[in-house]
Amino acid sequence: MTDTTTPSSIELLTFQLADQEYAIDIMSVREIRGWTRATPLPQAPRYMKGVINLRGTVLPVMDLAQRLGLAPRAQGDRAVIIVVKHEDSMTGLLVDAVSDIVALTTDNLQVPPDGAAGAGGVVSALTLIDDRMIRVLDLGATVNVSESLAA
Amino acid sequence: MSEQNDPMAEIRASFFIECEELLEALQDGLQIMSDDADDSETINVVFRAVHSIKGGAGAFGLEFLVRFAHRYETVLDEVRAGRLDVTPDALKVFYRAADHLWDLVRISRDGLPEPEAHTADLLTALDGLLGDRGPADEAEEDAQIDFQPQALSLTLDLAGGGDLPSLDPHGPGCLRIRFTPLAELFESGNEPALLLRNLCELGRATVRCDTSRVPPLAELAPGAPHLGWEITLETDADESEIASVFEFVEGLCHLEISAENAADDPPQPQELPRFDPVSDLDASPPLADAANPAPRPLSPTPREPTAPVSPKPAASASRTVVRVDLERIERLVNLVGELVINQAMLSQSLERSGLSPHSDAMNGLEEFQRLTRDIQDSVMMIRAQPVKSLFQRMSRIVREASAAVDKDVRLVVHGEDTEVDKTVIERLADPLTHMIRNAVDHGLESRAARLEAGKPEQGQVHLSAAHRSGRVVIEISDDGAGINRARVQQIAIEKGLIPADAVLSDSEIDNLLFLPGFSTAQQISDLSGRGVGMDVVRTAIQALGGRITTTSQPGAGTTFSISLPLTLAVLDGMVVDVAGETLVLPLNLVVETLTLGAGDVQMLRPGRNVVRVRSGFVPLLDLGAALGYRDPLTDFNGSVVLLIAQEDGSTAALLIDNIVDQRQVVIKGLDESFHRAPGIAAATILGDGQIALILDPSDIISNAMSPHQPMATLHRAEGAIA
Repeated sequence: MTDTTTPSSIELLTFQLADQEYAIDIMSVREIRGWTRATPLPQAPRYMKGVINLRGTVLPVMDLAQRLGLAPRAQGDRAVIIVVKHEDSMTGLLVDAVSDIVALTTDNLQVPPDGAAGAGGVVSALTLIDDRMIRVLDLGATVNVSESLAA
Repeated sequence: MSEQNDPMAEIRASFFIECEELLEALQDGLQIMSDDADDSETINVVFRAVHSIKGGAGAFGLEFLVRFAHRYETVLDEVRAGRLDVTPDALKVFYRAADHLWDLVRISRDGLPEPEAHTADLLTALDGLLGDRGPADEAEEDAQIDFQPQALSLTLDLAGGGDLPSLDPHGPGCLRIRFTPLAELFESGNEPALLLRNLCELGRATVRCDTSRVPPLAELAPGAPHLGWEITLETDADESEIASVFEFVEGLCHLEISAENAADDPPQPQELPRFDPVSDLDASPPLADAANPAPRPLSPTPREPTAPVSPKPAASASRTVVRVDLERIERLVNLVGELVINQAMLSQSLERSGLSPHSDAMNGLEEFQRLTRDIQDSVMMIRAQPVKSLFQRMSRIVREASAAVDKDVRLVVHGEDTEVDKTVIERLADPLTHMIRNAVDHGLESRAARLEAGKPEQGQVHLSAAHRSGRVVIEISDDGAGINRARVQQIAIEKGLIPADAVLSDSEIDNLLFLPGFSTAQQISDLSGRGVGMDVVRTAIQALGGRITTTSQPGAGTTFSISLPLTLAVLDGMVVDVAGETLVLPLNLVVETLTLGAGDVQMLRPGRNVVRVRSGFVPLLDLGAALGYRDPLTDFNGSVVLLIAQEDGSTAALLIDNIVDQRQVVIKGLDESFHRAPGIAAATILGDGQIALILDPSDIISNAMSPHQPMATLHRAEGAIA
């Protein structure tokens, strides 16, 4: 991101989590689907909602707000599951609402200031869209189990 | 699917698959040879397997594989030619060479360095077989060679009465080959010119093209072959070497190989007959029978040309086999799994709609269910494979293990055609290896002890597979001394596994072998001291949904019996309801179900209850609480418990709310990397599309019953919306 070379373009999917705006690289999004009840997994971390049936495969779903350590809140009826693929595994991320798809160039992304990376180091960049601050998530750090357990 | 890979890599991969088949054929052949050393066809099979591996390896530039296969082949050729006897010692070397060839193939496939020392050892051993023949035997060899023309002359006598001694100018090897390609030969990309060139390398050849069938230009069909060739070949090579030239076009051409009758039909091409063969000439016995040095009977009818040129045994040609990428099959299995789930969903909603059971829709549904079941069975069958390859690997283990402990052991195999899911076969290899080693090392007595006990010096290990009521049962038994129960109990006491004053039944003592950390070996031997005990074997078997039991008779041997499901994709499950969650338990573990009445449950201490079952007490585990779905129950009246068989023979009771159903469920793996839930083996999808977890009861029970009972930390998923 600090490269002086020509910035490349990137598309982000933005979404709402507890009045905050987040985004992930749209290339890792496989689909967006409505909330269905998840089968809870015994002795799973708190942010694990459980597993759901995604057309025949078992998809683990995490509550992204809890994963990021945001305050618990009532689940609204716009809540959706963003199905993302990281490396070879698919994960569902439960978010409050999906907002938009935005295209920007990498030079619009800023490295978060020291100490602000927060939430287990899962925010990889910040950007401004219409004066709103969008937190861009590092998907690997978000869904990776070993790091998330350490978080 | 990324099929557009390097085409060479694909060909290479199929070569290695072929190698596996050839190596299997090689093993089979050696086995037949050790049972019945006089089978001349078998040695051809063995030779051809090695030869084909050499050929393929050459094409891929696998130098060391070629070199080794070549030397192996040379020795086998001696056997084939009848110049080398198949002694038990020679067979041992052949087996070791086959094992090594197997290693080399694997090494080539994985691109690993060649184990040169080992190769050198075996090459020396192979050369040793040739060396033993030595110059002293040279005379014998000559005698056999001399013998061949005589065999010929007998037939000649019958055929034309020519004078025998004069026909010898070309020695034994004057052959006439008639080769007429079929259209298929060209379609499969073969080129007659190359075959002819190979043939010419075997000796002095006169090739004549038969153009008699070429039609006038107007009638010429460009796709159809019209040419044939007649080759008169003066060579020392025997018939099967000639045949091997044509190995790849077998079935794609008309091929006749006959001994040349010099008197009748001198090798001048002009005088060769046209395409109506002189029958008794062609019927003259092939020269390849040099492998069989017995004098031929002087019978008026020459030996029937039963197999003039048939380089492959009939059996291997009769079955057509398609090689399929495992990934594709897995995809199909998954799709069928989805079909089954969909079918269940459909039938649930149709039933809910309140249609008459005689309506068209319901009848159609029934048919649909039957079809689904049939498709599922057929798909599962695709993945099924005979256990043969696995058993062959075990014969190698026996050879190596018996050599290491200096025991004479014979492996007897039954039911190697029994079919099991491929994954099951793969995952059986390690436990089976360990048990076979155990049988050789611990099970069988030393040579001296066997003789003393009045048994034959050679010990036997039996390995068998059979289908039994929807499962496959694999048994490993030895005719050794049996389990020394006194010693087993002693060790268990020493290791603090059981109290010193425990009174155990024989089967309980036998079961001690499966306890972790148990080993009867007095000292750690080279073989079994690999840090793997029978407990690891049992864990591996259990991971496959199987059970292992042992029976032993003092002085007569020990039998381990493994019972496995046929497939890992489908499970016979008991669907239960616990605190609103639907769970599936493997049906084979459920011994009994009970409904609790007042006073059936007694508290042992807080948080630990027992259930009275007839005259005994069984520990009770509240499944809902253990999984963290709810708080522990206090009133058990009317609850349902499942009695679960534990691997150590004990029983535990699982408290559930309700039994829903018994049915086959499609197993869906949980992504291990994400979250490994203790006590959860896998998941399945129910008819309503919800996921139900498949429990591993023994894991849950051992977790919950451990002294520092880890209280489940699960919290219910927070209020779901609509």
